[in-house]
Amino acid sequence: MNYNWNWGILLSPEPGGTGTYLYYLIVGLGWTLATALAAWVIALAIGSVVGTLRTTPYKWVVRLGNAYVEIFRNVPLIVQMFLWFFVVPEFLPKELGDWIKQMPPPWSQYLPAVMCLGLFTSVRVAEQVKAGIQSLSRGQGMAGTALGLTLGQTYRFVLLPMAFRIVLPPLTSEFMNVIKNSSVALTIGLLELTGRARAMQEFSFKVFEAFAAATVIYLLTNLVVVFAMRALERKVRVPGLISASAGAGGH
Amino acid sequence: MGGFDFDVIERSWVYLFREGMTFTLTLTFLAMVGGIFFGTLLAMMRLSKFRTVSVVAGGYVNLMRSLPLVLVIFWFFFLVPYIYGWVARAGKPIPIGAFYSALITFTMFEAAYYCEIMRAGIQSVQRGQVWAGYALGLNYWQTMGKVVLPQAFRNMLPVLLTQTIILFQDTSLVYVISATDFFGAAAKVANRDYRLVEMYTFAAVIYFIISFGLSSLVKQLQARIAIVR
Repeated sequence: MNYNWNWGILLSPEPGGTGTYLYYLIVGLGWTLATALAAWVIALAIGSVVGTLRTTPYKWVVRLGNAYVEIFRNVPLIVQMFLWFFVVPEFLPKELGDWIKQMPPPWSQYLPAVMCLGLFTSVRVAEQVKAGIQSLSRGQGMAGTALGLTLGQTYRFVLLPMAFRIVLPPLTSEFMNVIKNSSVALTIGLLELTGRARAMQEFSFKVFEAFAAATVIYLLTNLVVVFAMRALERKVRVPGLISASAGAGGH
Repeated sequence: MGGFDFDVIERSWVYLFREGMTFTLTLTFLAMVGGIFFGTLLAMMRLSKFRTVSVVAGGYVNLMRSLPLVLVIFWFFFLVPYIYGWVARAGKPIPIGAFYSALITFTMFEAAYYCEIMRAGIQSVQRGQVWAGYALGLNYWQTMGKVVLPQAFRNMLPVLLTQTIILFQDTSLVYVISATDFFGAAAKVANRDYRLVEMYTFAAVIYFIISFGLSSLVKQLQARIAIVR
């Protein structure tokens, strides 16, 4: 192929004057992680509540939870991103909408991106939490009732502590998905990692160096997350379950 | 903003569906066929007893699954013209247009996800079936093609279709290479007539109706084939 590689470009200064292109990309990773982490907090909070409500015996609560999940699952992420950025501020009270639109540059994109990714991911968390609770044997809930616990107490002290330890592995892959999905925020102008790789390509005309660097940074991030989550999984796994016995010497 | 303007939708829906939705559906269908084809090949490679083959396939699948789709779209958008120019000995990159670029991207990207589904599908077939195939004198390709894969497809059909609904939604990301899919067409009208609220809401509603409708069908299908075992 007649492409002139020039890896030195990573160490030459970017036109914005903040430092080298490599530094520019790493700041991008910072924005990727800041977006993903904030969205993850929202997703965990809302997802846990919605997922739990969908296992309760109240029919209309379950239906409401299902509707919530279906809405956020059946609209593409980029469309939701545009709705949060362009449409939602129009429907808020005028002062609040104007305040959001007039925030200084990264924040006016950051806030809608976090809201969008948070709610988008919350329905996936809700599905996992629901599946986790339903995977517990029915006897656990009944035992709670037999001991005289209220429904709330049964969830709080019996079902949820077990369910969360079970759903942690699938939640790991959801966390990786938030990191990857945060790249969609570039469409509303947030300069996260992929957006900065694209900008670097436009400034420097070094297409493949820019995307290769971003690719390597994403892969390294994935590795770190996988190792951190594996350590966490080892800590919280439930003794006696099949997934737990593999490393624990069997029992 | 002065009220919701339905007029802009009335003026543009023919364009949105004839240009945009045709692009979206064609891309979804072709990428599904190509993705399942290559995904099945990748799954067979991953389960191969030749270590090099399974490591190569595994590496490809894990690489694709670790990267954001937007980044992969950019990669292929710039890479494919170079490879094409190199293969055609043109000495320079040959542009291939947004549609073919998107088609190649989604085929190769989704192949990694279809691969994992087909791998689970192949593993869900009982080992005795493979032995029976070999005992009848069939070779590897005949056993796979006539015994294992038909059952794997059948077992995995709902999951394959669910993945296709995700693919349908993901095609809206071709916006980043300025292709005119359904969402791209809506965005163009939105910016031309300055009717952002109406067009993006309309796009969301249409995507919702199609995705929700399809996933309800998949659920019915799942219930129907779950009994036949």
